[in-house]
Amino acid sequence: MPTPTESYTAQPVIEFRDVEKRFGDKTVLKDLNFSVERGERVTLIGPSGSGKTTILRLAMTLEHLTDGYIFIGGEPLVYEERNGRRVPVSKRQQKDLRTRIGMVFQQFNLFPNMTVIENIIEAPIHVLGLSKQDARARAHDLLEKVGLPEKADAHPSELSGGQQQRVAIARALAMDPEILLLDEVTSALDPEVVVEVLKVLRDVAENTDVTMLIVTHEMSFARDVSHRVMMFDGGNVIETADPETIFTNPSHQRTKEFLSAVLRDT
Amino acid sequence: MRVLVNYLDALSMHGPRLWDGLLLTIQLTIISGLLAFVVSVVLGLMAGSRKWFVRIPARFIIEFFRGTSLLVQLMWLFYVLPLFGPSLGAMLVAVFALTLNYGAYGAEAVRASLTSVPQGQWEATVALSMSWPHKIRRVIFPQAWALMLPSLTNLWVHLLKGSSIVYIIGMSEFTFELLQLRRTTDWFFSLAVVGLIVYFLIALVLTQLMRLLEARAKHKLGMGPSLKEILSPVPKIDTTPTKDTSVSQPAGGVR
Repeated sequence: MPTPTESYTAQPVIEFRDVEKRFGDKTVLKDLNFSVERGERVTLIGPSGSGKTTILRLAMTLEHLTDGYIFIGGEPLVYEERNGRRVPVSKRQQKDLRTRIGMVFQQFNLFPNMTVIENIIEAPIHVLGLSKQDARARAHDLLEKVGLPEKADAHPSELSGGQQQRVAIARALAMDPEILLLDEVTSALDPEVVVEVLKVLRDVAENTDVTMLIVTHEMSFARDVSHRVMMFDGGNVIETADPETIFTNPSHQRTKEFLSAVLRDT
Repeated sequence: MRVLVNYLDALSMHGPRLWDGLLLTIQLTIISGLLAFVVSVVLGLMAGSRKWFVRIPARFIIEFFRGTSLLVQLMWLFYVLPLFGPSLGAMLVAVFALTLNYGAYGAEAVRASLTSVPQGQWEATVALSMSWPHKIRRVIFPQAWALMLPSLTNLWVHLLKGSSIVYIIGMSEFTFELLQLRRTTDWFFSLAVVGLIVYFLIALVLTQLMRLLEARAKHKLGMGPSLKEILSPVPKIDTTPTKDTSVSQPAGGVR
C-alpha cells in the first residue's frame, strides 16, 4: 500500500492529456499525450513550426487550451472534468499551480524599468511574500550561481544578451519553481555567448532536482542534460527515447532526417 | 512714444483683471489637466481590458466625450442640466467638462501606449505569477509611461488653449479679459500680440516640464541621460558608443 505522500510523488509532475491547440483554422497540436516525472529533464526537438514552443506556452498558460487537459502534479491547470463536462478551473487554483512553474524566454524579457536585482526580487517579494532581505540574499546567491555577482545594480540595457539571459534564469529560479520551462533560450544569442548560458543551465540541471521541459536547437546540450528526448513533427510526438538512443540510433525515419539535417551544421 | 505710454496706461488700468483672467486660465489648465490625467489612466486601463463589461462602458464614455464638442458639453452642463436637476457652479462645470473631454482623448493615448509595451513583458509577468494590479503598477505602466508622455503633453497644451471656451458659461478667463480690453482701446494688434505671447509662454513651460518627465521616464528604462545630466550646465558628451543589446519584439495585444 503506498502512503499518500508516495502516491502523490508518483504522480507525473506534468501531464498533457488529449491536448489540442488550434490557432484559427490551423491545428498546431492534436491528440497530444505525454507526461514528465518529477525531477525529469525532457527535451523537445523537431522542425520549427512543429508546436514545441506551443507546448511550453500552454503549460505556462500563455495560450488558450483548445481542447484536452493539462495536469500539474495531478491537479488540472486549465480545464477539469466535472460531471462529465469540461469546465475551466478556478482562477485561484490556476494561480497556485502557476507559481510552481517558471519559464525562461527566447527574448529574455527582463523588465527594463528595473535593475538586475530588482528584476530578481520583484516577484519573490510581491508574489511569494518573502521579506526584502531574504529575497535580496537569495538573489545574490543566484547571481553568484549564474556568474554575475557584480551586475546586481546594473541595468538590463547595460548587459550583453548572454548576461541578460543568465539574469532571466536567475529570476525564474528565484521563484523556486518545481518546473522550469526553457523556450529556445539560446536562439536569440550570439554564438560566442551561447556557451556561458548553457553552462549555467548544465549547472542548474546537475545541482537541483527541478523538473525541466526544454525546447532547444542545441543538440549537444539536449544530449548532455536530458533524461528523455521527444521528437516532434506535425503536432505530435513521433518518437520518445533516451538521448543516447535518439542521437545514435533513432528508429523513426523522420527523426533520422531531422537529426542529420541539424547535426550537419554543427 | 506717446502711443506706448497710452498703451501702458490702459494695460495698467486693466492689469488686475487681466491678471485674474490669467490666474483662472492657469488654474483651469492645472486642475483639469491633473484630473484629466487620472481619468485618462482609469478609462485607458478599462478600455484595454479583455472583459467586455469593463471595456464597453469605458468605450462608451470615451466615444461620447470625444465625439461631442466641448462647447456643447459646457452648454448642456451649465444651462440645460439645471432645468432637470442640480445647478452646478461655473467653475465646477468648466473643470468637469474639460476633464472629461480631454480625459477621453488621453484615455486613447494611455490605451495605445499600454498595448505598445512588448508582448514579452506581459508574458514575463504571467510566468512570474504577478497579479493584475501588481504587473500594471510595477512593470507595464512604468514602460507605457514613457510612451504616453508625448501624447499627453500635446493634450495638455490643447487643454490650455481650449480652456478659453469657458467664457460662454460666464467665466472671465484670460482670452475673455483680453477681448474686454479690446473694446475699450483700439490696440488690436498689441493685444493680439500679448495673447500670443502669454499662451505661448505657458505652453512652453508645460512642454518643457513634460519633456523633463519624459527624459526621466526614458532614463529609468535605460534609454538616454539622467535628469541630472540634462540639467547640468556643462553637457557631458558621451563618447562611448552605446551597444544596442535590445531585441526588437512584437508589441503586446489588448490586455
